[in-house]
Amino acid sequence: MYNSGKIITGLIIFVGLVATPFFYNSGKTSVKPEPGIDTPAIRQLAEKQCVEPREFMKANHMQLLNDWRDSAVRDGSRIYVNSQGKQFTISLQNTCMHCHSNKAEFCDKCHTYANVKPYCWNCHIAPKENKT
Amino acid sequence: MSIDRREFLKFAGASTLLGLGGITAVQELLKTSAGASHVMVDEKALSAKRWAMVIDISKFKTEADYKNVVQACHSIHNVPDIGNPKDEVKWIWTDTYEHTFPGQGNEYMPEGLKHKPFLLLCNHCEQPPCVRVCPTKATFKRKDGIVMMDQHRCIGCRFCMAACPFGARSFNWRDPRPFIKEQNPEYPTRTMGVVEKCTFCFERLAKGLQPACVEKSNGGLIFGDLSDPNSEVRKVLSTHYSIRRKPEIGTQPSVYYIIGGSENA
Ligand code: SF4
Ligand code: SF4
Ligand code: SF4
Repeated sequence: MYNSGKIITGLIIFVGLVATPFFYNSGKTSVKPEPGIDTPAIRQLAEKQCVEPREFMKANHMQLLNDWRDSAVRDGSRIYVNSQGKQFTISLQNTCMHCHSNKAEFCDKCHTYANVKPYCWNCHIAPKENKT
Repeated sequence: MSIDRREFLKFAGASTLLGLGGITAVQELLKTSAGASHVMVDEKALSAKRWAMVIDISKFKTEADYKNVVQACHSIHNVPDIGNPKDEVKWIWTDTYEHTFPGQGNEYMPEGLKHKPFLLLCNHCEQPPCVRVCPTKATFKRKDGIVMMDQHRCIGCRFCMAACPFGARSFNWRDPRPFIKEQNPEYPTRTMGVVEKCTFCFERLAKGLQPACVEKSNGGLIFGDLSDPNSEVRKVLSTHYSIRRKPEIGTQPSVYYIIGGSENA
């Protein structure tokens, strides 16, 4: 066979390249993140629920935020009535971050774990961390 | 792996084309819970068929009169003060009569007008060329006439800047945050690479408040519904002679200037 040496070397390099991410991540421990919800505003809540139930927020907060954005910026509808009929002002900065003023403990923990870097904070002002 | 906003928009656009973007979170919620969540407009919100502003320049006498208005807007909207004209970001500003109304001056016009500064802002044109050229619909016209910016969608192509005949738009050449003296935590800043301009204070109207500049103008700025014959703007316009910027271009600005106030008549 012609060039079998080159082909095999090529294959080894190829497999090595494809597998790099696995090697790269293999040594890292991944501890399941436990986002903190301990903030002064949340402590005040009689019933500790976000605008929607926790399970829904866990799975869909990104989509809800996307809908909120379109509804506020594009349609001018700024009141959200949740599935229990409670009303909230649609605002990441003024509603979400009012309760979740511990951005590092709440948002960043999961986002870092999942290695997603939402660019919300390039524009939206994160609250000054409440370290209590 | 992380993606930048440009790639994200490309992806979002492609998935919309493929029809993948159809399900909203609210629809998702309806599937999982009995209650029906929905969105609505605040009962206090001010509404109109066509918002407009009248600028009565006879009410602007001292430098402070102008400064108050500009300050009110720029401070609540986190508009950076970069300090060099090339990178400048502005929502409301002043310029000379000659630049505001090109071709409408002459050498014998009243001294008072010749050197008087004029307040300029986005005209929220009825036929806005900026909207027509925007490839992402980041700039769009609302039903109430406000020519709106969706900062999330702007890809910074600056077509709108080229199209606007009034220089009403600014581009963020650099990260604006270090140039904001005091951030207003209730309003976002912008990021490098997007265009911005006056939005007729859509966020204040939604809460039932007048635009910030109008509030601070001591009656020099009047804001209201052009389609309502009983509105303040219509009353002022029907009793005073007013002009608009570059009417010959046909964009139909919603900002009117009363230049012949009693002192200047
Ligand atoms: S003034 Fe310029 S930016 Fe404003 S609506 Fe008219 S064309 Fe668009
Ligand atoms: S720069 Fe102007 S034209 Fe381009 S996407 Fe942004 S708003 Fe639209
Ligand atoms: S209407 Fe609002 S956004 Fe526009 S110039 Fe006045 S204060 Fe600024």
